[in-house]
Amino acid sequence: MSRKLPALNSDNQPFWQGGEQQTLLIHHCADCEQYFHPPAAICPRCNSAQVSPRAVSGHGHIVSFTINYQPWADDLEVPYVIAIIELDEQVGLRLVSNIVGCAPESVAINQRVVVHFVQFEDVWIPQFEVVS
Amino acid sequence: MSADYIGEKNVAISGIGQSEVGRPSQQSAMQLTADACFKALADAGLTKDDIDGVACWPGDNNNGDAFSPIGPNALISTLGLKVNWFGAGYEAPGPLAGIINGAMAIATGLCKHVLVFRTITESSRRQTDKTASALNNKTIGRDSSFFWQWYTPFNVRSAINLAAMYAQRHFHEYGTTEEQLAQIALTCRKNAELNPNAVFRAPLSMEQYLSSRMISSPLRLFDCDVHCDNSIAIILSRKDIAQDLRNPPIRIDAIGSALNQPWSWDQIDLTGMAAIDAAEMMWRRSDYKPKDIGNAQLYDGFSIFALIWLEALGLCPKGESGAFVEGGSRISRQGELPINTNGGQLSGGRTHGLGYVVEACEQLWGRSGERQLAAHNVAVAAAGGGPLASSLLLVKE
Repeated sequence: MSRKLPALNSDNQPFWQGGEQQTLLIHHCADCEQYFHPPAAICPRCNSAQVSPRAVSGHGHIVSFTINYQPWADDLEVPYVIAIIELDEQVGLRLVSNIVGCAPESVAINQRVVVHFVQFEDVWIPQFEVVS
Repeated sequence: MSADYIGEKNVAISGIGQSEVGRPSQQSAMQLTADACFKALADAGLTKDDIDGVACWPGDNNNGDAFSPIGPNALISTLGLKVNWFGAGYEAPGPLAGIINGAMAIATGLCKHVLVFRTITESSRRQTDKTASALNNKTIGRDSSFFWQWYTPFNVRSAINLAAMYAQRHFHEYGTTEEQLAQIALTCRKNAELNPNAVFRAPLSMEQYLSSRMISSPLRLFDCDVHCDNSIAIILSRKDIAQDLRNPPIRIDAIGSALNQPWSWDQIDLTGMAAIDAAEMMWRRSDYKPKDIGNAQLYDGFSIFALIWLEALGLCPKGESGAFVEGGSRISRQGELPINTNGGQLSGGRTHGLGYVVEACEQLWGRSGERQLAAHNVAVAAAGGGPLASSLLLVKE
């Protein structure tokens, strides 16, 4: 299935390439000791520049999801699941991703999930699988 | 009212105009735009020489893209306008931003009469490319967008994927059902039956809704607004001048344009969106209360947004919009809170923002024909989904 890949820069490169080492890298502020996403050079809470990517466990739960049935393009395999995941490291630390490796109709809010990565060119896209 | 300086109270809507709602239209984007503008001028009793400002959201920020093919520059040149101020741009609090910016130009004294407009030609565009508006086509090659790159690599292809996750969360947290959500689409269709300009006017049943195909669960085909070709123009005038014009002035009693959360679809309140920020600000700037609203025109680009706006605006308690719309009677034309009385965007057509203001004004002026409500003086128009949100409290003098 085709993907629209992100243009890499120094802010987003750890997130999109951390998967090469099988790690999910989320930006963390050393001053207020909070994670934030999407990554940026400045902490959105305290505006500190003391930020850096930090490996997280890759575990979390599904906050919401949708099963996309619409074939937006010829090379798109439907249905597929898009989800908002909250990571275990911090309440409210969320990202959009996909749920794979299960029947789309079996996906539910609050299911526990774990990250794995799928590589396209120089980008490792984080995906999540339901933990049984 | 807790705000202490509220300049928008000096601004009124003096005239409105709408082109045909084509699907597609045979007219060019500029022909549609000019048609709407001349109708609005005639409605206000003004001529082009009276106009000294032009505002638009989002304007032509993408080389004539069907989402917004005409901006202020093109309109000023084509109509030969002479202006003190003009402006447009996507980065603003949603589809009502042209009115908000225009009102600011009047409140500061830069302008006396601002022509606000919005043109959209998505129906024509879709004749040759049905995927023209897909998110992954916003950038050529890799996604260099500061925001969309956090969605498109996961095959978020349309805003419906994000709206659907708001709906799923609302269902989960508050027990909202698909039959309750259906009432937005069914109510809009019932109103569209009485609107000669609406795109879809044939009756729509609950059975038809529930058997329509799923696009992005739990949102179905009938939860999506319908593309069209259209232009709308609205004349804003300084209130003291508007009093001597053709129509009773409709005052902008309060603007809600706040964004107190990140500009993001997933880092914000998933069942409140930026609508909660805009609505809270609007009520802070007014002595009116939710119970005073005679007609509510609520953004229904996707049906779930209308439920979220109902709660954000305090028109029903948080989490109770599903129960509030159940059965459809409360939000019908005969109900305590009529919504989207022209069919909204779900059945009326995706005019994308200003259509809500047009209908709010038509109702306040008593010009809505067969679908006219009992006389009333206060309306709310609210537009936007996700991080895009703004609202207007409109009062007929």
